[in-house]
Amino acid sequence: MTEKSTRDIDHYLNSDGVDSEREKLIGQTIGYRYDVNLLPDYERLTPYLASYLEYMGWQDLNWLEDVHMGYEENRAAVFDRNINGWVTVPPDIELPDNQQDRDMIARELLVKFQMSADHPLVELRRAYEKFE
Amino acid sequence: MANLSEDKSHELGMHTEQLKGRSQQVFFSAAAHENFSQPFAYDVDINKHAEIDAENLATGEINDQLRELMKSGHGSIKILNPGAKHSIAVGILNRLNLVLEGSLGYFGLGLLDGPNVRVTGRVGWSCAENMMSGTVVIEKNAGSTFGAAIRGGDLICRGSVGARTGIDQKGGTILVGGDTGAFSGFMMQRGRLVVLGDAGSNLGDSMYDGTIYVAGKIKSLGVDAVEEPMGELDVAWLQRKLDLYGLTAPNGLANMTKIVSGKQLWNYDNLEPSEKKLVL
Repeated sequence: MTEKSTRDIDHYLNSDGVDSEREKLIGQTIGYRYDVNLLPDYERLTPYLASYLEYMGWQDLNWLEDVHMGYEENRAAVFDRNINGWVTVPPDIELPDNQQDRDMIARELLVKFQMSADHPLVELRRAYEKFE
Repeated sequence: MANLSEDKSHELGMHTEQLKGRSQQVFFSAAAHENFSQPFAYDVDINKHAEIDAENLATGEINDQLRELMKSGHGSIKILNPGAKHSIAVGILNRLNLVLEGSLGYFGLGLLDGPNVRVTGRVGWSCAENMMSGTVVIEKNAGSTFGAAIRGGDLICRGSVGARTGIDQKGGTILVGGDTGAFSGFMMQRGRLVVLGDAGSNLGDSMYDGTIYVAGKIKSLGVDAVEEPMGELDVAWLQRKLDLYGLTAPNGLANMTKIVSGKQLWNYDNLEPSEKKLVL
């Protein structure tokens, strides 16, 4: 278990996350602000995610195994590889006290974001698409 | 660099200045229900079947026919006689059950985002490169750079694979039933590489993050790849994943070797923060 995974779960919500001498020198956190290798606990799968997996014909979380809740600018967020940016978790969503449940929320929100008709890729596709 | 000011993309907000700050636009509703496909994905019916006989077709013709079938709602497609042609079934961005009866050449099944694919034969170099999501099962052996730069999904080869498996892996799971060649997991960034046979030399060389599990012998570890003890969550996850594909670890899951990054090669500069952006 890494040093960062044993930290207070709200460490990056309550501080700037610039802790070590090296991090202070370069002005940013070294490494991810969450454990990218944390394997999912399937006991915590949400009903929405279960429905999504059934629709796709998958028997586990598939690509969502690599999705975790991260923290940017003292806010909970999830990284969307399609836009190469962070999507902040709506502030009215109460965060659970453990990373496994937070990761399930992040996965659910990311699916909703990617499937949204307002996703930025929809406009990009209009500009660059090669096929109908 | 192209002059974006003359391109229609400029009107859509694509400018040349560095990205920073955040958008205040709301892009989705957290209360949304049951919308499981991307806006540009084909709406297919998994119970609607079709076949393509690829024997006398060129690669472009095969991919065109595949796209037309998906466009008309076919969700279960079988391609017969693929004849080891290159770049077949690439860029599929929706759910789909796809079976290829035969073998594929180079760069087959690249850029997949959603489908479940089974290949009854072998595959050449760079199978499923840049795969985003879905499942791909190869029943026999695979060539080098299997799953190059994969970002998500499950990529399985029941046989053995060549060198540089999972090079630049950025996510997802690569599962090899047999042996893997030299420099597997080279510059891996995240995700999981599971090898149920032996691994060649320089395993995990310069890996940045991610996890490699090996059931057999490891010829040598690469630079900054280090062994870490197996944990309960590792065993539980491996058990679940191997069961899905009917595979077993020959000496038991708890006896597999777990390799992670030693993180001695990590190097950061102060440019990255200004390249980040926040949305919502």
